[in-house]
Amino acid sequence: MSDVNTAMVQKYRNDFLKEVEENVEEGHWVKMCMQCGVCSGSCPFGPDWDHPPQEIFMMIRAGKRDEVLTTESMWMCTSCYNCIVRCPRELPITHIMHGLANYAHRLGIAPKMNPTRRFAKIFWNNIAKTGRVNELALSLKLYFMDGFMSGVKNALAMASVGIGMLKTKRLNPFALISHKGVKNPKELHVLLKKAREIEDRRKGIAS
Amino acid sequence: MSENKTAVYVCKGCGIGDRLDTDQLAKVAESEGKCSHVRQHDFLCNKDGVNTIRNDIDGEGVTHVVIAACSRRAKTEAFGFDDVALGRANLREGVIWVRPDTDEARETTQEMADDYLRMACAEIQYMKQPEANQNAGTNKNILVVGGGVSGMTAATEASKAGYGVLLVEKTGQLGGWAAKLHKRVPDREPFADPHDTGVSDLMKSVELDKNITVFLNSSVTRTSGAPGQFSIDISAESGETVTDNVGSIIQASGFSNYDANQLPELGYGNSPDVVDQAELEQLAKQATDGPIKRPSDGKEIESVVFVQCAGQRSNKPGHLPYCSGHCCNTSIKQAMYFKDANPDVDTVVIFDDLRTPGNGEDFYRSAQRKGVIFTKGKNQQVSPINGQLEVKFHDMILDEEAVAKADLVVLATGQVPNSGVDIEQATTLDIEEEGGESEAPAEAATSDAQIPVDSILNLTYRQGVDLPHLRHGFSDSHFICFPYETRRSGIYACGPVRRPMDIAQTMEDATGAALKAIQAVENATLGRAAHPRSGDLSFPSFRREGCTQCKRCTVECPFGAIDEDEQRYPVFNESRCRRCGTCMGACPVRVISFENYSVDTIGQQIKNVDMPDEFDEKPRILVLACENDAYPALDMAAQQGLEYSAFVRVVPVRCLGSVNSIWVTDALNSGYDGIMLMGCKKGDDYQCHFVRGSELAHERMSKIDDTLQQLQLESERVETYEVEITDIHRVPTLINEYAAKIDEIGMNPFKGF
Amino acid sequence: MAKKEYSFYPGCSSERKASASNYMVSVDAMCEKLDIKLNEIPDWNCCGASIGYAEGGELPRHVMNARNIALSEQNNPDQDIVATCAACWLGAKETADRLDASEQLLADTKEVLKEAGLDIHLKNETPIRHMVEVLIEDIGYEGLKEPMVKSLEGIKFAGYVGCQTNRPFGIDGESFENPMYLDKMVETVGGEAITDYDKKVTCCGGALAFSEPEKSQKQIKDIIEAAYDQGADMIVTPCPVCQMNVEVYQDQINKHYGTKFHIPVTYYSQLLTVAYCGNAKEAGLDGNIIRAKQLEEIAAK
Repeated sequence: MSDVNTAMVQKYRNDFLKEVEENVEEGHWVKMCMQCGVCSGSCPFGPDWDHPPQEIFMMIRAGKRDEVLTTESMWMCTSCYNCIVRCPRELPITHIMHGLANYAHRLGIAPKMNPTRRFAKIFWNNIAKTGRVNELALSLKLYFMDGFMSGVKNALAMASVGIGMLKTKRLNPFALISHKGVKNPKELHVLLKKAREIEDRRKGIAS
Repeated sequence: MSENKTAVYVCKGCGIGDRLDTDQLAKVAESEGKCSHVRQHDFLCNKDGVNTIRNDIDGEGVTHVVIAACSRRAKTEAFGFDDVALGRANLREGVIWVRPDTDEARETTQEMADDYLRMACAEIQYMKQPEANQNAGTNKNILVVGGGVSGMTAATEASKAGYGVLLVEKTGQLGGWAAKLHKRVPDREPFADPHDTGVSDLMKSVELDKNITVFLNSSVTRTSGAPGQFSIDISAESGETVTDNVGSIIQASGFSNYDANQLPELGYGNSPDVVDQAELEQLAKQATDGPIKRPSDGKEIESVVFVQCAGQRSNKPGHLPYCSGHCCNTSIKQAMYFKDANPDVDTVVIFDDLRTPGNGEDFYRSAQRKGVIFTKGKNQQVSPINGQLEVKFHDMILDEEAVAKADLVVLATGQVPNSGVDIEQATTLDIEEEGGESEAPAEAATSDAQIPVDSILNLTYRQGVDLPHLRHGFSDSHFICFPYETRRSGIYACGPVRRPMDIAQTMEDATGAALKAIQAVENATLGRAAHPRSGDLSFPSFRREGCTQCKRCTVECPFGAIDEDEQRYPVFNESRCRRCGTCMGACPVRVISFENYSVDTIGQQIKNVDMPDEFDEKPRILVLACENDAYPALDMAAQQGLEYSAFVRVVPVRCLGSVNSIWVTDALNSGYDGIMLMGCKKGDDYQCHFVRGSELAHERMSKIDDTLQQLQLESERVETYEVEITDIHRVPTLINEYAAKIDEIGMNPFKGF
Repeated sequence: MAKKEYSFYPGCSSERKASASNYMVSVDAMCEKLDIKLNEIPDWNCCGASIGYAEGGELPRHVMNARNIALSEQNNPDQDIVATCAACWLGAKETADRLDASEQLLADTKEVLKEAGLDIHLKNETPIRHMVEVLIEDIGYEGLKEPMVKSLEGIKFAGYVGCQTNRPFGIDGESFENPMYLDKMVETVGGEAITDYDKKVTCCGGALAFSEPEKSQKQIKDIIEAAYDQGADMIVTPCPVCQMNVEVYQDQINKHYGTKFHIPVTYYSQLLTVAYCGNAKEAGLDGNIIRAKQLEEIAAK
């Protein structure tokens, strides 16, 4: 367990709901769920969630901190926003799920090998580097995230896709060297670093 | 009025003149209907048409009028001639609108119209212009039984409308349960916080009201009579009895709290820290917005669990099977007592289904915002462990057993109606004891040791001492179509005695009941019927010499309007009568009739249809349709242009309960090939406007099978249907399917005999 | 028609040799015919997309979008921001909403932007809109008809609206469950729209097509299958992620499910460009991996 996590456990003791309200994006909405289950029924990956949103809300109220923060469930969110528009209580469910995933990830207790978590990290680092997506670098990084051999295998499996994209000029084969982002990436790095600092300060996370 | 003079008016408007041969209709009226005074008019409901009729009545001494135009439900204002006997032949909705405008259809359509004219002419000859009830009572005071929120509201509302009120309260003070509450669930924007109950203001206004006489520590020990002329005894605990008269009665006897001692599994009785909602109100009142303290040791409560549906919505013996409606909102309110005093108190509401009627949804959200936790769970068990309470339950979202600890547990128990004696159970017991014969049920019921319940009204009616119960002991108040209406004319139930409710609903309910009570006294004074034939002046009479004293009418009258005299002849209490004719349908010797509705008025319509012989291949189907639902549904089907068979002849009846089986046997004997009876929904969720009429008709018709067998006729020749007013598309389908069935089984062999 | 000008946020996938470069080509051609001028926000950056939340968190994500809005306010004052990509639109709009609702978030964002000498004013002075809104609200269906030269008659389209153009913000006056604007656009240019297309707003898996390919491809299979079942010749969409996911995995889905999918997936802007007499290249039809032959034929006429 990370130090940040331990600190949070000590800070909130048994009041996980309060912890969520104070630290998770849109977390103050959790208490407003009325347990109708429309969100769970509306989720495209619903059957793949160990705990659908309705359950997650209940688990938060029941103080099941570890189970919530270590589950793969929130990482199944495709950001389709179906739950948001259907929730009769107008809870921003998608954002709460994102917020929980981010919080778990930030505390270092999100499931390590979850592919979406790993992809999300690669993606953010990709865009934060130059300010814009480098699609070639992103795909390569993704295919090779489990090492060279499986990377080759993944790349081969995806070869037809890549070739199609290349042929139609929708993928730049030279993006590793020629990709351009914003004019002053260093300035952007400063902004993002500062933003992170403020956010951590607000949430009482010592970085 | 000395001599009958009948006039027939045939309207040619709305396409009737284009579709039908009205000269032929006039001829039918003259020759077969034997009416000399027949007029045709292009547009009968216009000023000129109405004046024509008016002048004939005033100038020519016309006493009986047949209007052959639209449905009797249309143009009631234009054709509202209430100083003559009035009949209507339905040529528009009943004929041209349900038939195609084609050459092939012309003949059968005209036959339909001809028949309706014959029927109307036959009916009118047996009708009399009804005169109002001569025995009408004129007392306009209103008795209110019960001094809680429902009773006080009803009393105040009646008083405000100018009526004198006698208010009888069993205990030593007004206010009922509501006076014991710390605060009430909000009834105004933003529906976010509990507020003052307002009961003391209501009590004060009742006490200061000059129109209202309050009797405390008293109960009603005798009620007899009828609307406009009830006689009542009000007895005080001291033994003193006052006798008085009132015009109508509102029963607002409220509810009792469910006895939580029946819930040991929820810890009640095992720990003083398990309380019901009423006891929590007391604790909150003591705390006066400060911290609420634990009954066992006076410790400030830090955690509280509310157990919803305690002993209710459950089929376990001793539990209430229904939802009491207010308890979710009440628990939300009570959780706020804690949160508003100290937001750090843990408040958990364990519910199965959270039901927050009215604006309770806003209140529920407000509680969530205040941090009240709502957990969906069931099978709660409460036990005291180490000076605390442990609530075990099944978490229904996480599907696992869970435990919550608390300083205090509040059980949301239900409302039990104070509805007095269950007269049906009392009657059954009587019959069992007396070997099937019920002699004097009212007295027997009150003295029966097995029913320790005190009567609320002590009615001297032969049907029993209190209002009949419908389900779960609540007073039957026709909850679906007409709230407050009971089966005892002039007596209206309101508030939690007729169904579980909260303060807001109760106040609305009581206001409605006050209005009904006022209508009842006003109608009674004029000798007219109350709902649903409001304003009807006709009332039943019977031919004494023909009566066999069988008591069928007194037993079957849904409203307890008929008593018996010493010789066991029926005694009609006109003011209690709703004019449904159920007694007329019940009478095996056909001695009961109304001036304008009798065995003859319908029987003659049935007989005067022109019956084609067997080889014409034109079957005739008689439809006896209830005027409350089935007949309007048929009218509306016609308005929508839905077609049905030209072989049916529809006769509206006041209630299917008024259908005398002689009509059915006569119809079969005179050659009808099939008979359809259409009445309202029966059973516990009845929609019959006269409560039992449809049910009785179904029962009677089930016995008609024997008759059919004797006549060697197929049982399908008589069918009974439940039809709702909204069955606009279903009714024509039913008719057409039935016509096809008759086609299949063939013509009635009695045709032409 | 007076020239309409907008502050344009193209987004990463619209760049040259990026996954939606052909979308951009057709948008350019379409806007020219409709007399719409797009002023690109100088030096814009990525919106964070729908997956950025996990590592990026809240404030950094909003800062990314706020920077774009600030640049637009500075360089294209008084112009509505218009995005062609659903995620870009959603990201920018969400940030604007959130900053508008929270004084603290706004203050924090301003503090961060100051490091780059930028400021953000918001207060809804800068509406953030999707290209589709510009077309149906500012131009209108009648206006969209005006430059029409060719009809797309004879082609049956399954209008796949997808998620993020539709939810959570959606297009004004349209329902979330059955939006009709895409069908109306198709009909405007003479095509046949399958208005009750079953999978109109079903999720394709979005970014999870990368990380959870099997689950996403199951979704995509359903989306394509329904289009075939309802007799579609091709699919049309307003979203670059939808377009890519539904188009490029057809071979893999065929392998896995034994299907024989081969259905073109086009952009609304390609349809309009062809109807406005643009050639195949102008309509970006050479960028479709599964060639939209019927459109190419009309374009060649």
